[in-house]
Amino acid sequence: MAKAVVTVIGKDKPGIIASVANTLADHNINILDVSQTIMSDIFTMSMLVNLEKLDEEFNKLQDDLTVLGKHLNVEIHTQREEIFDAMSRV
Amino acid sequence: METNQITETINMVSEEHLDIRTVTMGISLLDTIAGTPQETAKNIYKKITTYAKDLVKTAKQIEREFGIPITNKRISVTPIALIAGKATPDEMLYYAHALDDAAKAVGVDFIGGYSALVQKGFANGDLALIESLPRVLTETDLVMSSINIGSTKAGINLDAIKLMGETIKKITDKSDTANAKLVVFANAVEDNPFMAGAFHGVSEADVVINVGVSGPGVVKRALEKVKGEPIQNVAETVKKTAFKITRVGQMVGALAAERLGVEFGIVDLSLAPTPARGDSVAEVLEEIGLEMVGAHGTTAALMLLNDAVKKGGVMASQRVGGLSGAFIPVSEDAGMIDAVKAGVLSLAKLEAMTSVCSVGLDMIAIPGETPATTISAMIADEAAIGVQNNKTTAVRILPTNGTKVGDLVDYGGLLGTAPVMPVVEKSSADFINRGGHIPAPIHSFKN
Repeated sequence: MAKAVVTVIGKDKPGIIASVANTLADHNINILDVSQTIMSDIFTMSMLVNLEKLDEEFNKLQDDLTVLGKHLNVEIHTQREEIFDAMSRV
Repeated sequence: METNQITETINMVSEEHLDIRTVTMGISLLDTIAGTPQETAKNIYKKITTYAKDLVKTAKQIEREFGIPITNKRISVTPIALIAGKATPDEMLYYAHALDDAAKAVGVDFIGGYSALVQKGFANGDLALIESLPRVLTETDLVMSSINIGSTKAGINLDAIKLMGETIKKITDKSDTANAKLVVFANAVEDNPFMAGAFHGVSEADVVINVGVSGPGVVKRALEKVKGEPIQNVAETVKKTAFKITRVGQMVGALAAERLGVEFGIVDLSLAPTPARGDSVAEVLEEIGLEMVGAHGTTAALMLLNDAVKKGGVMASQRVGGLSGAFIPVSEDAGMIDAVKAGVLSLAKLEAMTSVCSVGLDMIAIPGETPATTISAMIADEAAIGVQNNKTTAVRILPTNGTKVGDLVDYGGLLGTAPVMPVVEKSSADFINRGGHIPAPIHSFKN
């Protein structure tokens, strides 16, 4: 089972977490961990999520989240967790 | 979940231009040799399009999953002079077109390996290949060439240097930009994933994946945090940053090799600039404390940078290879271009810099009327630095007809823009015309 990190950065407004969580739920994806903060009006959230497998579903999820980001006027990245581990751990 | 680390990684990609510069598939062509050039060309096309069929698709998927751009997908092959041992210069076109067609069919950005290794002397295939270069580099689009004219073990082939000076001039007469696809090496490495010098050495496995990482912007940003601190802190910061960058290269390379079902070769941990602002090696050197690259102290700063990149990267990767260090191509680096325009960075200083960095005089425009023997002499100087010091050096020089010193020449895309630089006008002809072979240096009594 693979994990991915979904990060959302942008101007805060109501409904960002709800929309992202809904999209994840639509893809039947479980949220393992959430960390969210607001730094001088900039909304920053990271979500660790479970992926059943890395296939077309991952690509679709990524596309849907990117579209959602455009709609909410925030930047949404969906990346496999390994890249963060690789960079920050020996 | 470490939010800081996540933000750091995302910023490296989105603001600091961190990218995997290239995933390069090395393919041996030794088993494609057949009775005639036409048959061999057919085999070459078939082998490349079989093994590299999914290279671009795989790289794009990895790019997506990790959110890290893979700027180029490339192929390197066995030096063609070895495959075309019997060919005439005209027949060489079959091989070149097979490479070009195969590269286009699989959708890669470049294919390297239209190469000859002549450090000790010429065989028939070497001479045919060099003679075909003006046609090949102007009649194909994606084929890249390299000629190795010297090595620490074999010395320097002055006949080859003379021939290459003349060949570069002939290429210029056909095209202003084609010389960007040709590099003249001393001590060429067999697993380099970077262009124009990539080829797949004869001691390599049949098919491998090599990866070249980049990221001068990331290093510069990290160094901004240690402004004014002692120089060893600069080295430490570069090491740590190089480690992070290289880990990404290692991960991407290993995964690409696994998905393509081939062996993982090496990570080349080079700081390779692009013409984009903020993606410049010159700006890193300036961040270390130089008002502009080319100022006194540039060579020392570059030595530290090059060495620290290697030290940081070596631990991050299972196997390091290629050129590994810092690249200083003038036309591909916004900071270098500025320094040349300002008259601060000269050819002489660039030559000094090549004695401590991973390559040589790279992407430098010079006036079109520069004599062939002067170009040869510039190659000889670079080769001397490499051969004497046990390192790779290279010359990729671009004489441009109808230009004068200070004019700007545009090479397009990643190749950037180069200001035409002055060369010394005194003649080196009698030296080059001697021909022959400079003996290999002795490696005892080091001083």
